[in-house]
Amino acid sequence: MKNKKRAAFILFCILPTLLIFSIFIVYPVTQVFIKSMYSSSGFGNNEQFIGFANFIELFQDDIFLQSIKNTGFLMLVVPVITLFLSLVFASILSLGELREKHLYRTIFFFPSILSFVVIGILWAFIYHPNMGIVNEVLNWMGLEQFALTWLGSKDTVLWAIALVMVWQAVGYYMVMYLAGMDSIPKELYEAASLDGANAVQQFFKITVPMLWEIIRITIIFSINGVLNISFVLVIVMTGGGPNNSSQVALTYMYKQAFVNANFGYAMAIAVIVFSVSLLLSFISNKLTERETH
Amino acid sequence: MSGNKGIKQRGSKVLVRIFLLTATFIFVYPLVWNLIASLKTNKEIMSSPWGLPAVLNFSNFVRAFTESNMGEFILNSFFVTGLSMALLLILVIPTSYALSRFDFKGRKFLHNFYMAGLFIQPVYIMIPLFLMMNNFHMLDNRFWLSLVYAAGALPFSVYLLTGFMRSIPKEFEESAAMDGSGYFHTLISIIIPLARPGILTVVIFNFFTFWNEYALALVLISTDEKKTIPVGLANLMEVQKFATDWAALFAGLVLVLLPTITLYALTQKKLTEGMSMGGLKG
Repeated sequence: MKNKKRAAFILFCILPTLLIFSIFIVYPVTQVFIKSMYSSSGFGNNEQFIGFANFIELFQDDIFLQSIKNTGFLMLVVPVITLFLSLVFASILSLGELREKHLYRTIFFFPSILSFVVIGILWAFIYHPNMGIVNEVLNWMGLEQFALTWLGSKDTVLWAIALVMVWQAVGYYMVMYLAGMDSIPKELYEAASLDGANAVQQFFKITVPMLWEIIRITIIFSINGVLNISFVLVIVMTGGGPNNSSQVALTYMYKQAFVNANFGYAMAIAVIVFSVSLLLSFISNKLTERETH
Repeated sequence: MSGNKGIKQRGSKVLVRIFLLTATFIFVYPLVWNLIASLKTNKEIMSSPWGLPAVLNFSNFVRAFTESNMGEFILNSFFVTGLSMALLLILVIPTSYALSRFDFKGRKFLHNFYMAGLFIQPVYIMIPLFLMMNNFHMLDNRFWLSLVYAAGALPFSVYLLTGFMRSIPKEFEESAAMDGSGYFHTLISIIIPLARPGILTVVIFNFFTFWNEYALALVLISTDEKKTIPVGLANLMEVQKFATDWAALFAGLVLVLLPTITLYALTQKKLTEGMSMGGLKG
């Protein structure tokens, strides 16, 4: 009797949730993989199984190759800069013994809760060739020749977007590292400075190794985060332009699906992006593996 | 010797402060500039990014409401965020309770199943979601959008809440069971109150997710009257490229930021603590 009641309660707890999760998340995930092998315009019964033809076509599609290259660039550059800066900020705040430490933490974290759309719009104006602050500062410093159309030129657009992503995420990872640094014994640093190690040596010899497990997790978070935010920033800031030089894989997927009604083709892109992000997470996990204490 | 060191330390502290203040400027500048621009005239915005407005043009905000439907977008966002949150809590609390406090067959598998969901970004599945919901006539409907949001928030919320519930001492439930309290009653009157801090963390984190979500709202909602504010703003940005009523756009941006800033001011301590609680114990 008691067991039956217990079993009924457990089912009551887990079943409705599992059902909703399966319908709205798990089922669409399986569909991405299945439909990527169909030629499909989405509606009606004109679907046709074509095997890997979508994938073969993708690798001959110059715009797709360009967009994968751009995505890869962002997945490499953004996590490296972001996580390095986050570590530096976290070390300074954690060891600097400043009274206003919490104020800095609050301010640096703030961009990570903002809407990506708002961030994209604001930075589009910051980079604006005539009314943006970036060029205004350059002109003021007498560096007119460096005042570029940051989002309008194929040489600068990706870096411009990458910097916005760094700006957005630095505080988030900094807070994660700060939490981890609370558990590093202060005596380690004291002993190191008695031995004459300077701040930079302490950073690489103590902080980084002690936080290694957290750093490993944040690398994976960061790589995956890039995919999501790059989608919104590119749509809002450049629309993929100029001439596809800021097109990322997911915006190209969106375009194929909702502009060209090429749904099967678009889902093949999703499969590749998903596989690449899993692969990168796996590789980074392997590369950063260490025998720890 | 020690005096020398004191000076050196003070000197490096000044350097550190200069560095941090520069960073603060870079983090804060876009928002301050946004606020100032929302009170300028269009002409003033075009002329210089430094200048202050001659008079405070609150009429920008009026135009944001009257000409750009900001009021409607904001109401939709509040509605969708609130509904998603309610649905999420109804879904996540019982499941997290079962996963953290009961031993049953498949428990571990179910837990890992949700954790695997952490790798699924909503953008990946927006196309099949769109096609499926089109077939079932669920498109352009704020309720179904909210349910999708709640479902998408499950992996992270299950992760946070099971972690928290495991830390609640078992004695409370045991003594409740001794008093003859049923499972359901125990969940409502003992576990939920005890898990309040964990539930609050889930609410805070997901508020920002729901309020800011763009990709799915873009695809699943088509009528202007039902759009949420991120989509509304992105559209406005598109329109303003030609119409150039920048001031009203910036007023709109300030309006989206207000709830975010308010909630952040009230909860930032809890939020950063929640990050160290949830983000790391993986």
